[in-house]
Amino acid sequence: MERQTEETIEAELTGLREQYRDLGIFGLRRIIAQRGAEEEQLASIYLLTNRLGEPIAGNLLTWPTDVETVSNRIRFSLDDPDRSGTRRYLGRSVELDQGYLLVARDIEDKLRTQALLVNAIALGSGLMLVFGVIGGFVMSRWMLTRIESINRATGQIMAGDLGRRIAVDGSGDEFDELAANLNAMLERIERLLAGMREVTDNIAHDLRTPLTRLRSRLEVALMKDIDPSSTRQLLEETAADAEGLIATFNALMNIARAEAGEQRASWELVDLGELAQDIFDLYEPLAEERDMRLALESTAGIKVAGNRQMLAQALANLIDNAIKYTPEGGRIALSVAQTREQARRIARLTVTDNGPGIPVELRGKALERFVRLEPERHTPGNGLGLSLVSAVAKLHDARLELADNNPGLRVSLVFERPVDTAPPGG
Amino acid sequence: MSDMKVLVIEDDVAAASYMVRGLEESGHVASVAHDGRDGLMLAASQSFDVLVIDRMLPGLDGLGVIRTLRATGNRTPVLVLSALGNVDDRVEGLKVGGDDYLVKPYAFSELLARLEALTRRGQPNAAEAPTTQLRYSDLSMDLLGRRVERRGKRIDLQPREFRLLEVLLRHPEQVLTRTMLLEKVWDYRFDPQTNIIDVHISRLRQKIDRDFEPPLIQTVRGSGYALRIPDQTA
Ligand SMILES: Nc1ncnc2c1ncn2[C@@H]1O[C@H](COP(=O)(O)OP(=O)(O)OP(=O)(O)O)[C@@H](O)[C@H]1O
Ligand SMILES: [Mg+2]
Repeated sequence: MERQTEETIEAELTGLREQYRDLGIFGLRRIIAQRGAEEEQLASIYLLTNRLGEPIAGNLLTWPTDVETVSNRIRFSLDDPDRSGTRRYLGRSVELDQGYLLVARDIEDKLRTQALLVNAIALGSGLMLVFGVIGGFVMSRWMLTRIESINRATGQIMAGDLGRRIAVDGSGDEFDELAANLNAMLERIERLLAGMREVTDNIAHDLRTPLTRLRSRLEVALMKDIDPSSTRQLLEETAADAEGLIATFNALMNIARAEAGEQRASWELVDLGELAQDIFDLYEPLAEERDMRLALESTAGIKVAGNRQMLAQALANLIDNAIKYTPEGGRIALSVAQTREQARRIARLTVTDNGPGIPVELRGKALERFVRLEPERHTPGNGLGLSLVSAVAKLHDARLELADNNPGLRVSLVFERPVDTAPPGG
Repeated sequence: MSDMKVLVIEDDVAAASYMVRGLEESGHVASVAHDGRDGLMLAASQSFDVLVIDRMLPGLDGLGVIRTLRATGNRTPVLVLSALGNVDDRVEGLKVGGDDYLVKPYAFSELLARLEALTRRGQPNAAEAPTTQLRYSDLSMDLLGRRVERRGKRIDLQPREFRLLEVLLRHPEQVLTRTMLLEKVWDYRFDPQTNIIDVHISRLRQKIDRDFEPPLIQTVRGSGYALRIPDQTA
């Protein structure tokens, strides 16, 4: 029962010791003072003293008396005027070069619950004496174990072990449900964190180069013996660098936003046919200028719930790729169709081209951030276009399929749950 | 070019001062307030052509300033500046009474173009006015009959070209950036990776300017496009 209290105290002490190492005694003092001040009810005790045991910071005025030490844990009681009488604490103290640090938790409630449960077992069901007592005992033992295991797991997760999950025993009861919910929440947190880590790595990788270039340009421009006309040119180049950086940054933000999935408030019913028509209109002149045929084939009335701007951006990215990677004279087609898949209605938004396509083994990779498949980089781009498409697809619960168009690439967004607006039988 | 009187309410002192310098450099007059309360006082005590309000301000925040202004009957156009760029934030910014919304980091030319578009609203050809005829120089557009003529000669336009020209005609002699055109003509606010707008403009030029003198659709370097009779003195 007290195991997880010990574990959280342990974790907290580890953290505080690190702060002490990094920030010194004054830093630690500030942290302790702050934590102490946050504790209104003395549920947690923090005390930092000097070598003589005189308090420096915390929410206790003196080191507790009548301390009972068991291995490296200490127990003591305090009178709490705010709450009913004496409360029992479990804690640990550590010695620092410049003093002592005590962290303790109020375990009164836990001890009382335990006592109550024990009483309940003792007093429980008068009639079925033997059976009832054993049953109650088993029941409450079992409940305690479950709660304890959940608590222990959360304790460890709080201490930094994010990969840990709470055991689900498959019984389907409330505890199982709670554990499953907690696990789902952890899953999401971990995924967000992993996403963040990946983005930061990539940002570091991809933004560092242009940032460095930008800085050196400015430094050169600032050198005093440089003539005004080249200063101007350097500044113009720097502005162009900055613009490129901002574009990359914005693309990353869009992806992050789609991945965070928080925009549902602004969702609307988006008519995929209209969307395709709009994007077709927007890109048709460009395709024509590149000597390509852009075709549109769509059925009216296919709607999905979604973010119109993001869906448009995704579709535009696909058309942009098709135009960019297909040689002149290519054929690109944009289509919206409603079909059936295993008796379920699905909507498909598809872009095909007859360019070089993407080899099957590289299709997964092409969706990753900053991945560009051609090594020579003939064409402009950041390798973020398909990442956004993939994020927007996930946001809309749509499947993203990359397939062979023999020749060329066929990319589809498959919406499993189009909104039913079509007339019956249509 | 007629000058604007602009009030900038922005707590980032450096950003505000660059903005003021840029505005003055472009021939406008600018005042600054660094928090919401000061901004509100200034806006209420003097008359400005347009307000630039940062969304996040110490004390009274940007949206609060706009709400208060509107509640007191002040109708001065407001451009909201924000570090938040998702759809909901934008909708919220416009709902409290902002007239346009620009996400940081923005290009100064974009800011300038949007401010000019906001201040010309009250003039002929204004975006809101329920007109049926738009004209500029020898170019005219009949919105009901969906006809376009230049020097009395009929010009056939595709629906998108018509809409693009309409937007240009509603903002004569003003710079419209590519983002503004995408927004006003197509109602999209995403970031096209290629300059698709340029291609549309060049198509429109084929029809409006190729067979006539002088060319009316001007490219404004580093900014966008403007419907404008070329400057003879330049
Ligand atoms: N239609 C296509 N045909 C052939 N290869 C493609 C096609 N679409 C994407 N690719 C390959 O996948 C890579 C990743 O595409 P993505 O759209 O993510 O980035 P990008 O086009 O290189 O840059 P950005 O979209 O950021 O401007 C491309 O670099 C290209 O090699
Ligand atoms: Mg791309």
